[in-house]
Amino acid sequence: MTRAFALHSGVLRAVLRRMFASKLAGFLNILVIGIALSLPAGLYTLLQNAQGLVVQFSDTPQISLFLNMEAKTEDVDQLRKQLAQHPAVAGIEFIARAQALEQLKQSTGLSDLIGGLEQNPLPDAFIVHPKPGGAQALDMLRGELAKLPKVKEAQLDSAWAYKLEALLKFGRLAVLILASLLSLALIAVTFNTIRLQILTQREEIEVAKLIGATDGFIRRPFLYFGAMQGLLGGIMAWLIVTASLLLLNGQLGALAQLYASQFVLHPLSPGDSLSLLLFSVYLGWLGAWLSVARHLSQIEPH
Amino acid sequence: MISFNQVHKRYPGGYEALKNVSFGIAEGEMVFVTGHSGAGKSTLLKLIAAIERPNSGSVLVNGQNVGALKGGALPYLRRNLGIIFQDHKLLFDRNVFDNVLLPLQICGFDHRESGKRVRAALDKVGLLRREKANPIALSGGEQQRLCIARAIVNRPAILLADEPTGNLDAAYAQEIMAIFNSFHQVGVTLLISTHDESVLQNSAVRRLTLKEGVLQ
Repeated sequence: MTRAFALHSGVLRAVLRRMFASKLAGFLNILVIGIALSLPAGLYTLLQNAQGLVVQFSDTPQISLFLNMEAKTEDVDQLRKQLAQHPAVAGIEFIARAQALEQLKQSTGLSDLIGGLEQNPLPDAFIVHPKPGGAQALDMLRGELAKLPKVKEAQLDSAWAYKLEALLKFGRLAVLILASLLSLALIAVTFNTIRLQILTQREEIEVAKLIGATDGFIRRPFLYFGAMQGLLGGIMAWLIVTASLLLLNGQLGALAQLYASQFVLHPLSPGDSLSLLLFSVYLGWLGAWLSVARHLSQIEPH
Repeated sequence: MISFNQVHKRYPGGYEALKNVSFGIAEGEMVFVTGHSGAGKSTLLKLIAAIERPNSGSVLVNGQNVGALKGGALPYLRRNLGIIFQDHKLLFDRNVFDNVLLPLQICGFDHRESGKRVRAALDKVGLLRREKANPIALSGGEQQRLCIARAIVNRPAILLADEPTGNLDAAYAQEIMAIFNSFHQVGVTLLISTHDESVLQNSAVRRLTLKEGVLQ
């Protein structure tokens, strides 16, 4: 056990020495892999954030009912009864027009402008909380409510969330395609790096074969190199994504403040970060394995 | 220990290196393979290490038919052999010590144990004080001795040497032969190919003489 460990750690040390024997070339390889991986990983992170928004809004759908301007208190009371008895409605809130105007004044800071109005332009409104159901049921309810007397308009507040959801599906597919292509690129980069290494170490490989090295022994440092390069590339990708998000969040903070929102981009979750690293290690290892399988058999001592 | 039975070796292109060669070497024996260059000396040694394979006939090493060994079994055959190459095949990207260490790394030796063995092997060939040097800084004779150290560090039962004194002057050649003699005395089986008459003259060792691929 300890002997096996010593053997493998010895190989690993040799691999690291070799990797940093040429600092610039090694760094450039890692940078290329990091950038290639950071594109899909970064887009994935943005999508995850957008997904968070969708979940937040589509989980608590609301229907806003705007009444006619001429609706009277009796009409409102009657509507309230009707809504409360509706089987698909979980709860309602009434927002009187005066109250709505007050809220508008406070939340937008446009009190001067609003104060100058001759009359309140806002209608009375109900906010209807529907019972949980699918997007279709919500849409049916909205249609039904729109036909109630004195109702001018019924708006499903989460409609945009469903549209966004569809857009996200499209985005996820795009990320998947991009990730597949760039994964191939990563495998190709590793394949080529290992090919060059095998060529430069041709002599060593020949000698090792002549004095009794198994294929496993010869293959091992190359596979370790591929996996290690993949790991460092993955770490580089993670750093790129995280740094970009930090930069974006700085700008986003100012933007979100204008919209009176608390929206921030969340970085990659620990689980996703781990997946990213494992995936890049695997790709590096795979590229090295393919390269070794292809090139090592061509070297036979004579 | 080693036996050739009607071995025939033809290279691609039709060149016949060995024709119907049969002989046997007992355990602990020291044998010279002599003949002009191109007589098939190197081919004979390569067949023992399964670097080349016979077209017909059998090569037995330790009772194993090495011509029929599968690729996966080759490393274990070669670990029992110490091979001294005509062109040394030293690695110039590492120092003397690490060159000798390589066979032990390949066999997965314990770190401390292998350090002792490497120094013992270097001491045997008189290179102990050069362990930190790069092989490229060594003279031809020293490089040959380094190659010997690498071949014996694994303590193989059989040593194969291909023209070990090929490019050396007489004094160096005598030194190297003295080293081989000391291995012979401790029971190692040695097969040494040479066309160096000065080496052959003053030794009463069994000879296999090849002429155009035929054993005389």
